[in-house]
Amino acid sequence: MDRNEWPLYEVFIRSKSGLSHRHAGSVHAADDEMALSNARDTYTRRNEGVSIWVVRSDRIIASDPDETAAFFDPAKDKIYRHPTFYEIPDEVENL
Amino acid sequence: MTDRSILTAYATRLGDNALVLGQRMIEFVAASPELEEELANANFALDYIGQARMFYTCAGESEGKGRSEDDFAFLRPEHEYRNLLLVEQPHSHFGDAIVRQFLFDAFYAHQLDALAHCADEGLAEIAARAVKEVRYHLRHSSQWLVRLGDGTAESHERVQRSLDDLWRFTGEMFDEDELDTAMRKDHNGPCLVFIEAEWRDTVSRVIDEATLSLPEDGWMASGGKQGRHSEHMGFLLAELQYLQRTYPGASW
Repeated sequence: MDRNEWPLYEVFIRSKSGLSHRHAGSVHAADDEMALSNARDTYTRRNEGVSIWVVRSDRIIASDPDETAAFFDPAKDKIYRHPTFYEIPDEVENL
Repeated sequence: MTDRSILTAYATRLGDNALVLGQRMIEFVAASPELEEELANANFALDYIGQARMFYTCAGESEGKGRSEDDFAFLRPEHEYRNLLLVEQPHSHFGDAIVRQFLFDAFYAHQLDALAHCADEGLAEIAARAVKEVRYHLRHSSQWLVRLGDGTAESHERVQRSLDDLWRFTGEMFDEDELDTAMRKDHNGPCLVFIEAEWRDTVSRVIDEATLSLPEDGWMASGGKQGRHSEHMGFLLAELQYLQRTYPGASW
């Protein structure tokens, strides 16, 4: 089988309950089930995970690197969006 | 047979099945069709070899003559290996290896399930641990069988031939001999009649899903459990035992 026929899958692993899944890497696989198996055998051999998500790389909608400026720069100078201007009353213990 | 000799012999058999299948799978290391499959295969082979180590240690302890796992693995003559003929069969392609593993794992998973409730605590513990690995292997080999059977015309035809070729080695798994009977009666061991029914269920379901045909039960080869092996076993052992035979006591 031509290697090009095997699509790429992105692998997300949750290392323990309560945490969120994190991107671990990618695997090639001929189908979804194989992608899950390959992810398990490639990325959880040393007890790294309790849950795996795989998704075909071409199904991920990603932001365009050329548009980085338009996407992200406008947020840089809007410090008022960070909640750093509030005075926290002394009585509040857990914040 | 005494209690201890039953356990020693039975644990040796289990170790031999695991070791020999592991050794066969090792032949794919650095030769797998895909990197991911390479890792999976090597992981599984090491699972089996790890199981063999535990079974041999258990056999050595119940024998009480000071034999180590290495003595069992590397320093016995061919006729003392009691593995099934199925696991020693060579593969000429990936499909053969998948079918060999599938047919064995479908049996082995049930065997271990039953052993996890046997009267010997040590053996039951090893079985309970091993069955988790083997269930995953079975899942893997089942999926591959479906993929190959229900794949291209060529993969279908080749894997059907693998199935037809290896089928004659499946009867031996359910042939209850003296040791199987002793294990079942005296130690609450696996019942092969029951396991055969479960094995047939599993195997026919997956073969059906793979759009393959279940081979007919014809003449069945046997002898591995009594130490009478096929012509392939000598070559396999020559490679497996080479280092310990050439450099006795070598360690690292």
